[in-house]
Amino acid sequence: MDGLNTYRSGPDEHGHFGIYGGRYVAETLMPLILEVERAYDEARADPAFVELYNDYLKNYVGRPSPLYWAERLTQHLGGAKIYFKRDELNHTGSHKINNTLGQILLAKRMGKTRIIAETGAGQHGVATATVCARFGLQCVVYMGATDIERQKPNVFRMKLLGAEVVPVTAGAGTLKDAMNEALRNWVATVEDTYYLIGTVAGPHPYPQMVREFQSVIGKEAREQIMAAEGRLPDTLVACVGGGSNAIGLFHPFLDDEGVAMVGVEPAGHGVETGDHAASLTAGDPGVLHGNRTYLLQDADGQIREGHSVAAGLDYPGVGPEHSWLRDTGRVTYATATDAEALKAFELCSRIEGIIPALEPAHALAYVMGMAGDLPKDHLLVMNMCGRGDKDVFTAAAELGVEL
Amino acid sequence: MNGPEQREGRIERRFAALRQAGRSGLVTFLTAGDPDRDSSLRVLRGLPAAGADLIELGIPFSDPMADGPAIQRASQRALSAGQTLSGTLSMVAEFRRGDEDTPIILMGYYNPIYVYGVEQFVADAGASGVDGLIIVDLPPEEADELRIPAEAAGIDLIYLTAPTTDDDRLAVVLEHAGGFVYYVSITGITGTASASRADVAAAVERIRRHTALPVAVGFGIRTPEQALTMASAADAAVVGSALVDRLAGHVSENGSAGPGLVDDVLSFVSELAEGVRQSATKGAAE
Repeated sequence: MDGLNTYRSGPDEHGHFGIYGGRYVAETLMPLILEVERAYDEARADPAFVELYNDYLKNYVGRPSPLYWAERLTQHLGGAKIYFKRDELNHTGSHKINNTLGQILLAKRMGKTRIIAETGAGQHGVATATVCARFGLQCVVYMGATDIERQKPNVFRMKLLGAEVVPVTAGAGTLKDAMNEALRNWVATVEDTYYLIGTVAGPHPYPQMVREFQSVIGKEAREQIMAAEGRLPDTLVACVGGGSNAIGLFHPFLDDEGVAMVGVEPAGHGVETGDHAASLTAGDPGVLHGNRTYLLQDADGQIREGHSVAAGLDYPGVGPEHSWLRDTGRVTYATATDAEALKAFELCSRIEGIIPALEPAHALAYVMGMAGDLPKDHLLVMNMCGRGDKDVFTAAAELGVEL
Repeated sequence: MNGPEQREGRIERRFAALRQAGRSGLVTFLTAGDPDRDSSLRVLRGLPAAGADLIELGIPFSDPMADGPAIQRASQRALSAGQTLSGTLSMVAEFRRGDEDTPIILMGYYNPIYVYGVEQFVADAGASGVDGLIIVDLPPEEADELRIPAEAAGIDLIYLTAPTTDDDRLAVVLEHAGGFVYYVSITGITGTASASRADVAAAVERIRRHTALPVAVGFGIRTPEQALTMASAADAAVVGSALVDRLAGHVSENGSAGPGLVDDVLSFVSELAEGVRQSATKGAAE
């Protein structure tokens, strides 16, 4: 490989991927973060823990998720052969549960009795509330007031599952504000509380731990494409907000030179308008929420609010490993606008009978833009990481339909 | 600080003077540019006469993750009024024209400094008369890239320790600590709960076993009585959120400063200073 023997050895012992990652947290939290790291290192080396996790993945989550040939979409676009990795079929409707399940088992192992989480779209909140219900742990979810307004079905789901949903009114009331508030709560409750972070961001070991729990996506996809086609795919495509579904798909393939990878960021109303959440495309390196990574920020280092029609992508940062993969050039990062994502949302519903979440609709929008130009033997795998049930109200409003 | 190239800094001189006077010190925290640069500078200039022994000046940040509502709002007010990091440094420079002795410590989060450029920041901060830095989200593991150039410029990197910092961890945190040690007396964010004197005294004793640096205690100190209690258990007490709250009481809905703001904040500082000045001589044990 170009100057590097492997792209899969990170992070280093301090949680750095090149200059990115690390542990930028208040001293009050440091001992706890180090404890999480120790506990996680022990757990993943323990065959009983791994077996337990795999058992719940199979019988509770419903894994493996299918690798599905999107035949009509392939014909419609007239180029690359398109496969969907169907993580939207997981219990709770997205890839998020791969991670929450792993971390809840860790939290139990650590003897924690209370779980806190942040959520944007509500998918991670629902996935957290679900595993808390399953394992009988108290669950508090911090959610921006703006997001609560636009994701009412998920708010109700969380409450139904027994979680307390705390509205966060600071800032713009979206995901970054919810994460700030969760961190503030954690500082005050370190004794009994475990912070269950939903994406590959935050202080070490979270980016690594969440990646490893999500890597089940890529490991399965690798076996499945080999079984279906007898060879590795040519291109992988996934949407990137924090980037957990993308890293989950990409990571097992990073050292396969022939596999191209594209992460699709939300361009909102267009990158040129400034109204977007494409931190790798239009941001600069900075430090927020425990790690160094690309951020949307002004010249004074103040963090800007992101915008995306997909609440789950509406975050001004991104996982540090993506920042490193961007700089090394191993992964290409592209963008799709709100309007392009909505078009993909409609098309996929109509011709595949799959209503995608607005998040993977961004990946799909990118696929729609490029698949037609590729030869028919080009194998493309896109991560369908969430289902669109939660988005029908948002999509209806955007498409001008009254329900 | 006895390296040949190091001069004795203002922080060290101030704590030596406090020891000589046989009392503990008052450290005040206010956010730079809150609610606007002019009012903030007037308060800053009045602090030494009102009795502040050391001054912490907050660098406003959009996402103050370790701060409670009072300091979050202070950051928002300052940013809305256009405060920037270079504006904060120039406030310090203006303050220094009238005061060569009172130590100024900038306190905040790493991102504005990182984006400003560490080398440039350290040079400009030194030239402005900044004596120390407390960077809340920069633990020792990540601090070298700031600490090394800062120390070379004669600026101390001051570390926080918390009730969760055990002895093993204290050794790591204090290995490169400069200026003084800031003991965060509660597990929580700024402006919330208060610790008991006995807990604080025990924690301070534990810290002293690891370092000869002075110890300042902060978080949750709201009254002159509490300031005295905490200061006498350590070398200094830090008052932040209570001062910020006092200031906020003079800010109108639209963010403008009322006429009594500067005088009232400074008179509260005087009350706190009076409290702290009653602290008993602790001897020269350290």
